[in-house]
Amino acid sequence: MSLLEIRDLHATVDGKAILNGVNLVIEPGQVHAIMGPNGSGKSTLSYVLAGRDGYEVTSGEVLFDGVDLLSLDADERARSGLFLAFQYPVEIPGVATTTFLKAAVNAVRGHRGEDALDAMQFLKFVREKASALNVTDDMLRRALNVGFSGGEKKRNEVLQMAVLEPRLAVLDETDSGLDIDALKIVADGVNQLRSADRGMLVITHYQRLLDYIVPDQVHILAGGKIIQSGDKSLALELEEKGYASFAGAEAA
Amino acid sequence: MARTEPFSETFAAVAGRLPGAGTAWIDGLRTDALERYETLGLPTPRTEAWKYTNLRRLARAGFVAGEQENVPDVSSIPSDVTDLQDAYVAAFVNGRFSAALSSLDNLPAGVVIGSLADKLAEDPASLKERLGQLGDASALPMASLNTAFMADGLYLRLADGVVLDRPLHLVSIGRADAEPLSFHPRHLIEAGANSVATLVESHVGSGSYFSNGVSEIAVGEGAVFNHYKFQNEGPEAFHLAANLVRLHDRSVYDGFVLQTGARLARNEIRTELGARVECRLNGAYLARGEQHIDNTTFIDHAAPNSSSREVYKGVLDETARGVFQGKILVRKDSQKTDGHQLNKTLLLSAGTEIDTKPELEIYADDVKCSHGATTGELEEEPLFYLRARGIDRETARGMLVAAFIGEALDEIQAEGPREAFQAVVNGWLDRRNEGQGTQS
Repeated sequence: MSLLEIRDLHATVDGKAILNGVNLVIEPGQVHAIMGPNGSGKSTLSYVLAGRDGYEVTSGEVLFDGVDLLSLDADERARSGLFLAFQYPVEIPGVATTTFLKAAVNAVRGHRGEDALDAMQFLKFVREKASALNVTDDMLRRALNVGFSGGEKKRNEVLQMAVLEPRLAVLDETDSGLDIDALKIVADGVNQLRSADRGMLVITHYQRLLDYIVPDQVHILAGGKIIQSGDKSLALELEEKGYASFAGAEAA
Repeated sequence: MARTEPFSETFAAVAGRLPGAGTAWIDGLRTDALERYETLGLPTPRTEAWKYTNLRRLARAGFVAGEQENVPDVSSIPSDVTDLQDAYVAAFVNGRFSAALSSLDNLPAGVVIGSLADKLAEDPASLKERLGQLGDASALPMASLNTAFMADGLYLRLADGVVLDRPLHLVSIGRADAEPLSFHPRHLIEAGANSVATLVESHVGSGSYFSNGVSEIAVGEGAVFNHYKFQNEGPEAFHLAANLVRLHDRSVYDGFVLQTGARLARNEIRTELGARVECRLNGAYLARGEQHIDNTTFIDHAAPNSSSREVYKGVLDETARGVFQGKILVRKDSQKTDGHQLNKTLLLSAGTEIDTKPELEIYADDVKCSHGATTGELEEEPLFYLRARGIDRETARGMLVAAFIGEALDEIQAEGPREAFQAVVNGWLDRRNEGQGTQS
């Protein structure tokens, strides 16, 4: 069974059609990249998959591990193993990062029928994952994303992915706002999470990220549709020629 | 007398039995106050200060003055007071001091804690020039009513330089079984120069009662006075309180008011600041059902180089109403005043209402003053972020509401009361989630 199957997906935001028939299949262990110009529907696709309010699916279906993903609430999707790394992680004053991580980890563990981790077990678990990503104890103590630099926010996203151990990770422009050093740390973190039963959907505007997170397949999204698919060389070709040279891209 | 107002008609019947009766200056204080109350009348929304809090229901309820002989037996301190591990306790039932419920053993030298009624009866001369001296009571009808009827309350006196080693917990228990009862607690608090003390108030009860309190608080030069109040009155109760606070030079006052109880409540704080004073008036209010909770503050920067900080945050659910009125006055010579005021309210359902009225009146030119007020619902973005990590909607909402109120609670300087108030807030939110759970 495929990990993710998107069939002829149409979606609107504020009554405006953004996705116009997306088809995509991701098998376990694969990393797919979606590239596209601004306004092509990249972020909409990620929000539709994650279940954000206001993103209305008008037709089509999405199967996640064979289950009708669109019938689940956002939090149910996350507990079922879908993870969205946000392009703009949200700052939440008054909620400590550890408190948040613990609530999330235990919600997901509960769904899998595993016991909740107590404070000590959780701290040990999260510290191991955090040190690999250069996330300090100080960051864990601070309010969630509040006062974090761009790089810290993205590292925190990858940390969340590491502790939640999703089946499918959707990375929405994880490279935006990162310098090359920060990009390497984030990409290393992501690569360590690649595994035979985990899929990834990497959404990006630029080819640069794909030098570090090498995809199995690359798709070009334009005008709310995938207009071309290929292997990693497609990303290089795109970088060289630009979006305008691809058929249908002018619709964006 | 101009006319008969609610409550005033019973004065003649009870006056002779009130503590201190027969002492000319006390009798005079009471009759002057009654006359002032009758002249001003029970406040209505036509009075600017009471525009948003309507006492119509209070006037209609027919409260009878509670008297010493019908104070009910209460065998223990209720469990819904502030959870303080280690504190002196001064307990009051329907406004009357209860020695049985209090624990005031081994007070440090220089600390007097007791009943104002005893003081009025036994040593009234010592209270002259000290009772009824604070604040411009002529503008406060309900405080005037209190002065006319006051029977008992906390008498706290700290000698210069004394450090009260544990917090003092003032527990007020209202208990009305048959008829609706009113009582008028009067607290007289004097903290000597350079003294240090923490006072925590808890107000709880059951039945239909009306507590109309006045606290006169004088904080001496260089003293530190922490004052935390938890208003958790019973669901049918009316709670009005006026806190008249004078802060002498270089004193520090850390105040916090947590209101979650009563059918209708108004806590008013009027502070007059000397020079180089640090005044912190913070608070939180959580209301649901048909509750109405009012916080009114007046900070009078009467001398230079003082700072005041005010953070009030509230959460309203169902059809609850909130009121915040915050006035800051900076007088002409009060240069280098630093005043900061913030009021934020979270509305959890469509039937709620908040009236917020910041008022800055500044006559000095070299000052730093700011104020802000926001009102709104929980934001969608943080809610989605939490849910996208597997946290269910109600838990996520609870986390965000707790975080919102937590920012106000963080203002409390004393750790024990801060944690106790945090537990109250968590309990309130848990009950909300449970309530939602049973509905669905």
